Amino acid sequence: MAEVRITGLHKRYGAFHAVRGIDLDIRDGEFTVLVGPSGCGKSTLLRTIAGLEESSEGTIEIGGEVVNDFRPRDRDVAMVFQDYALYPHMNVAKNIGFGLKARKMPKPEVEARVAEAARMLGITPLLGRFPRQLSGGQRQRVAIGRAIVRNPRIFLFDEPLSNLDAQLRDEMRGEIKRLHQAIATTMIYVTHDQIEAMTLADRIVLMRDGVIEQQGAPLDLFERPASTFVAGFLGSPRMSFLPGTLALDGSAAAIRLSDTLLPVAPGRGLNGATDGQAVLLGLRPEHLTRAQAATPAQGTFRYDATIDLLQPTGSRSYATFRLAGAPVMAELQAHDVSRPGERLPIDINMNRASIFDAKTERAI
Amino acid sequence: MAAVAPVRRPKRRSIPVGRIMLLGFFLVFVLWPLYWMFNTSIKPSDDYLTVPPVWFPTAPTLVHYEAALFAYRGLDGLINSLIISLSATVLSALFGTLMAYSLARYNTGGQHLSFWVLSQRFLPPIGIVLPVFLIYRGVGLYDTHIGLIIAYTVFTLPVSVWMMFAYFRGMPKSMEEAALVDGCTRWEAFWRVAVPLAAPGIVAAAVFAFIACWTEFFFALILTSRTAFTLPTVFRAFIGFQGAQYGEAAALAIVSLVPSIALGVLAQRHLVRGLTLGAVRG
Repeated sequence: MAEVRITGLHKRYGAFHAVRGIDLDIRDGEFTVLVGPSGCGKSTLLRTIAGLEESSEGTIEIGGEVVNDFRPRDRDVAMVFQDYALYPHMNVAKNIGFGLKARKMPKPEVEARVAEAARMLGITPLLGRFPRQLSGGQRQRVAIGRAIVRNPRIFLFDEPLSNLDAQLRDEMRGEIKRLHQAIATTMIYVTHDQIEAMTLADRIVLMRDGVIEQQGAPLDLFERPASTFVAGFLGSPRMSFLPGTLALDGSAAAIRLSDTLLPVAPGRGLNGATDGQAVLLGLRPEHLTRAQAATPAQGTFRYDATIDLLQPTGSRSYATFRLAGAPVMAELQAHDVSRPGERLPIDINMNRASIFDAKTERAI
Repeated sequence: MAAVAPVRRPKRRSIPVGRIMLLGFFLVFVLWPLYWMFNTSIKPSDDYLTVPPVWFPTAPTLVHYEAALFAYRGLDGLINSLIISLSATVLSALFGTLMAYSLARYNTGGQHLSFWVLSQRFLPPIGIVLPVFLIYRGVGLYDTHIGLIIAYTVFTLPVSVWMMFAYFRGMPKSMEEAALVDGCTRWEAFWRVAVPLAAPGIVAAAVFAFIACWTEFFFALILTSRTAFTLPTVFRAFIGFQGAQYGEAAALAIVSLVPSIALGVLAQRHLVRGLTLGAVRG
C-alpha cells in the first residue's frame, strides 16, 4: 500500500514527445483510471511508473521514495498486461508463483500463497494447466492472480479487458472492482473505454496529447467537464454541441442559437464571459426529456422538436432532432416516441447544460 | 409407416494414383543414390564397375569400412569433426542467441549492425582464407582444434544471429516485461523467459550451424594438416593416381551421414517450428 506522486514527468522517444509534463498525486488505496484516446500517453505513463520506460524528466515517488532509478523489480509494483503476458512454458501454478520464486521465497510459502490467490479468483482447478489450454477470461484471472499473489504496494493495469468479448468484459470489470474493495491497494488502471473509467474509478485522469486534460471524481468530470474534449469523451452517446453566442442582460443570461434564445439557469456562474461571446452549448442526451407537465419546470427550456432519426435500444430510444440547425440527441423512454418525423415537445434541462468558449473549447 | 432409407453403399475411397507416383518417384530420387553408396561400401572391390552392375552384393564385406576408418584415418577425422562441429555449434548458438537478443530487444548498433552481421556471409570464403591462414600460422592456431572451432563459430554466427533475430522479433516483449516487474533482473528475464520460449529457434539455428560445420571442406583443407583434419578432408585421400577407392569413399560417406541424420531426427519437431521463425507460437 502506498501513495504515488508524479512531478513534472516527461517522456520523449527521439523527436516524439509522448508525455508532456504530468503532475499527479494518487492517494493510498485509491483506484485511479488513466483514460484517453489511443496515443494520448496513458500507457507510457503507466509503463514509466512500472519502470519499463525511463522518464526523460521529472520524478516518480512511490510511498514517499523517489523510484526513478529503481529497476522494475525493486519498485514493488505488479502489472497486468493487455495480452496477459502469461509465460507459455509454465503452468498456471508456476505462472502465479513465478514472481515469488524470483524473489527467493521458500517453496512451501509460495505454494500456500498461490493456493490462496487461486482460491480467491476461483481458478484452483486450473492450476495444473498451461496458458494455451485456457480461455481468455481464465487467462485474465491468472494474470490478476500473478499480480495479487505478490501483495505489491501498487497494482498497474494496462488495458486488461480490451481483448475480452463484451459479456466477459462486464463480468471481469465487476471482479476487478470487487478485488479493489477486498484488498484496498492503490490501483492505476489504463483504458480507452470511458465506461470502464466511469464504473471503476475513484478518480479519473483524462489525458490528451501527453497532458492531463482534467482529473477528478467520475461524476465531477461527467457533470462538470473542463473542456469539450472531456465532455465529448465521457458519456455515451456523446454530448451534443451547439454553436451559439452568449447574450448577457444584467443578471440574466441566455444563449442565442440563431433565432432561438435559451435562458441560462439562474445562479450559474459565467466566469469572465462577455456579451456576444461565441460559445458551444453542450447537452447530454439524458438532459433532454419529453415534456410531461403543462409548463416547463424552472431552469428547463421547452422546444418543439421534429425527430429525424430514431435509434431504439429497447428500454430507451435515442432521438435526434435539429435545434437551430445543429443535431441534438435526446434519450427518451421507448414509449415517448414512435417514429421519425414525429413532432414532440422536448424539455431541455439547462441546469445541467455545459457551456464552452467556442475558441478555447474550455468550460465557462 | 416408416420411410425406407435408401441403401447407402459405403463410398469406396479412390486411390490417389498421381500422388503415390509422385511420392514414389521422389523417394527413388532421394534414396537410390544412398542405396547405391551403401551397396558400394559393402561390395568387394572387383564388383564396383562391372557390367551389368551388381545390384545386391552376394558376399558383403566390411573391409572398406576398416580401411577408411583406420588406414585412411577416417576415425580420427570423424572424432575431430565431432569435436569441432559440436563445439562450434554450441558457441554459435550461444553467441548467436545473445547477439540476436541484443539486436532485437535493445536495437544495438541501430539498423545497420544487424545487416552488417548478415553481410558477413556475402564474403566469399576464398577472400579471407589466406589472411586467416597466415594469422593462424603466426599465432599457433594452424592445425589445431581451437583454430577451426573459432573459424567455424565466426563463419556460422551470421546465420545463427539472423535466425534468432527474426525469432526474438516475433516474440511479444510483454512476457519479459512481466518477468521484470515480477522480480527478475534483465538477465533472469532473458534466461528464464525469453530463452525457453525461443528454444525452437535456437535448436533450428544450431542444426543449421552443425550441418554447415559438418560439411565444411575449404577452411578445413587450408587450416589443418595432420592433427585437426576433419572428415570431409579425408575424402581427398581416396582419389589418388592409382585410381579411386570407391568402396572406402562410400563407406566413409555412409559413416558421415549418421550424425546429420541423428540430429535431424532428434530436432525435427523443433526444426519445423523454428523455421517458421516465430510466426507461429504455441
